[in-house]
Amino acid sequence: MIFDTAIIGAGPAGMQAACDLRARELSVIVLDEQPAPGGQIWRGVERNCQPGSELAQRLGAEYRQGAGVARSFRACGADYRPLSRVWQIEETGPDATEQCWQVFVIREGQAEVVEARRVLLAIGAQERPVPFPGWTHPGVMTVGAAQIMLKSGGLLPEGPVWICGAGPLPLLYAHQLRKLGGQIAGFLDTAPRDTVRRGLPHLSGALRDWKSLAKGLAWQAGLRAAGLRRETGVRQLRAEGKDRLERIRWETPEGEKTAPAGVLLIHEGLVPSVHPTLSLQCEHTWSDAQQSLRPVLDAWGETTRRGLFVAGDAAGIDGARAALAKGTLAAVGIARSLDVLSEAKAKQARAAGDRALSKARATRPLLDTLYPAPEGKISDDVIVCRCEELTAGQIRAAAGRGSADPNRVKSETRAGMGPCQGRQCGYTVARLIAEAHDMPRAEVGFHNIRPPLKPVSVGELASLGKAKA
Amino acid sequence: MRAGADLIVIGGGLHGLSAALQSARRGLRVVLLEGAFTGRHASGATAAGVRSLARAVEELPLSLEAQAQWEDMTALVGDDCGFHAVGQVQVAMDAEAKARIKARIARLKAAGMHHESWIDPDRLAELVPVMQPGALGAAYVALDGSADPHRTIRAFRAACLEADVEILENRPVTWLGREETHWTVVAGGTSHVAPTIVNAAGAWGRQIARLAGDLLNVGIKNSMMIVTERCEPCLGPVVSAQNRKLSFKQTADGTFLIGGGVQGRLRPDGDSASVDFGALSGAMSTTLALFPWVADLRLVRAWAGMEAATADLLPVIGPSARAPGLIHAFGFSGHGFQLVPSVGRVIADLAETGRTRTDLSAFDPGRLATNRKAA
Repeated sequence: MIFDTAIIGAGPAGMQAACDLRARELSVIVLDEQPAPGGQIWRGVERNCQPGSELAQRLGAEYRQGAGVARSFRACGADYRPLSRVWQIEETGPDATEQCWQVFVIREGQAEVVEARRVLLAIGAQERPVPFPGWTHPGVMTVGAAQIMLKSGGLLPEGPVWICGAGPLPLLYAHQLRKLGGQIAGFLDTAPRDTVRRGLPHLSGALRDWKSLAKGLAWQAGLRAAGLRRETGVRQLRAEGKDRLERIRWETPEGEKTAPAGVLLIHEGLVPSVHPTLSLQCEHTWSDAQQSLRPVLDAWGETTRRGLFVAGDAAGIDGARAALAKGTLAAVGIARSLDVLSEAKAKQARAAGDRALSKARATRPLLDTLYPAPEGKISDDVIVCRCEELTAGQIRAAAGRGSADPNRVKSETRAGMGPCQGRQCGYTVARLIAEAHDMPRAEVGFHNIRPPLKPVSVGELASLGKAKA
Repeated sequence: MRAGADLIVIGGGLHGLSAALQSARRGLRVVLLEGAFTGRHASGATAAGVRSLARAVEELPLSLEAQAQWEDMTALVGDDCGFHAVGQVQVAMDAEAKARIKARIARLKAAGMHHESWIDPDRLAELVPVMQPGALGAAYVALDGSADPHRTIRAFRAACLEADVEILENRPVTWLGREETHWTVVAGGTSHVAPTIVNAAGAWGRQIARLAGDLLNVGIKNSMMIVTERCEPCLGPVVSAQNRKLSFKQTADGTFLIGGGVQGRLRPDGDSASVDFGALSGAMSTTLALFPWVADLRLVRAWAGMEAATADLLPVIGPSARAPGLIHAFGFSGHGFQLVPSVGRVIADLAETGRTRTDLSAFDPGRLATNRKAA
């Protein structure tokens, strides 16, 4: 069968769009990698929010809100396929009479093709990779990965942890960890010290969402009250050790400091997941505020490729509440493009969605200013591409040898050719190219993305042919 | 622009680089114009096979000359280009394939060429122990092998720069004009003048020929490749199969490259190709029949590379009959890297003296000429 819409991702945006499209009686299939709905932000929300769950209390009200959305989603009548890996998306050839998309999926070792008239990518974000000396040592991981362990059964890291980075997520995680009885050795804040002064112009706008601001201030106050060691203006972090992390070293304006460390969690913000839209050759734009790419979207969430929509953090980092509003807006856009919603009604629905989105985004300019992406020089000996084990020095040398084209540097060094397809190194390589050619980061672009979008075994690929026969 | 180039090479793939390098070594002042960056298309998208095995008989003189050059590639470009003579085998999976291979080897021997030999299943199992038994034998060339494509491009490029070839990238050619004794080439907003030009533009070779008023009947192939995750080294020779879509090799990194000429799709812009997973999936059957353990390996990337292909699958090498001072060197789809040094030598002969000792009649551009006049 050909579905009206295939939604990829069952986080806030995907679930909301599925509910709204089903309310308009469109057929919807939702493909998601996780075993249960919720995406990353609401991972495990159904299990963790069963009555009497202590974990749900500790994870906070915003997390618990996900349970209601998941309930509505389960009941909406969408064909929901968990544990489904989407590894390729194609538009059918020019001979097709009506536009149709083919979504290649692997489920339980079997490849199949799902057909749909519209595709909505609600694939969220990933943590910004920040290479620093020693970031590949065992014992160093991201705050996001640690939080996933927390949500997947309340797992706490062993021993006291150092948290280093900037942004709401490290603060939230520290807050959650403390409430669950985890030990924190210290919090290394990498935001520049003048960050609050720089944030002031955005404060009045952010006050439209004073509840979120109050929550963030409460997290900080809680950490202070607990007597947690906190360092500000942290730069030049290094993780050191023989076979694994043993100690960390950092600089502040007061000088260099060091401390023993068993676990180091890092986080420098999120970047939209753009590999599928890049591989589909949609136009993208560079956000200076968020130092990342995002697909160019029209007012309805449609990319520059007709019939392909994006919602949630994949369209720009704005958080869960904004993702719900973006899911609603994309559903309106899709219904309009399928001619089941009149132009007048679509505009009316859009105005309401735009208002909700605008409110949900109120604190975003302030957050982007408070927690800018790190800009410190990456020293030549730091590994940038983990798949091919290439250092910043090797990338710099290749970047300087010819044009400022990420594809050239990729083919010369192999950076971005490994299993992660540049998800770990892409932005850093582009940053080093911009540095070598003294040009704005926005003009460098990103290397071409080759399929598959997700891991596929040769046997799974072969199973596609058998499915068709 | 440097005044007074002797030769302009259009196309910064390996054939263009090799022609530019060997011409410059003979004292010609060479400008190389590349539309994107060196090795951007087919040269960077290939499995880089270095093969005389199962080559068209017309190509064998160039092939065997090149085989010797690959054994001492350092002498040409100062680097071995990651070439390893791991051997190549062409497996016979049924009686008809076996008969065809044996007939070919007999024909070669009759013509005095002994590079291919027939090996029985026992010898094949010794050479390729990780292959399922069942094949009826294979043709084998011990001196064949494969190179590292990106390392080869880097080495040829570096050697060109050292030989004072002026490499200009991001210069797609948009206009060609001949005035008495000279060509003017407009590329990426700059113009360049030389008495002789080489068309080494690969998949764009037909367009370049058309700009010069030489309409040639040449198609495009978009052969697909996949690369797997890394494994312990276990496969020596490059394995292909008679009359089946298979090309299977392990690189020095430990990854496996699987190709064999399965076709992807040309994108509507005509300037790039995309992977057709349906076709690729169907083509895995031969690989998995011979190497069933590959099923568990993770596919890291798949791609399609564009290269020109003629109806007789022989390349286009030699002076244009219609456009004086234009030398063609393209149409190498499915040819791998082997012919790069010898074809570069031939082009340098033609560029320097207008003649070559090599018989190019099978590659004559004239065989592909269409009667339509250039617009």
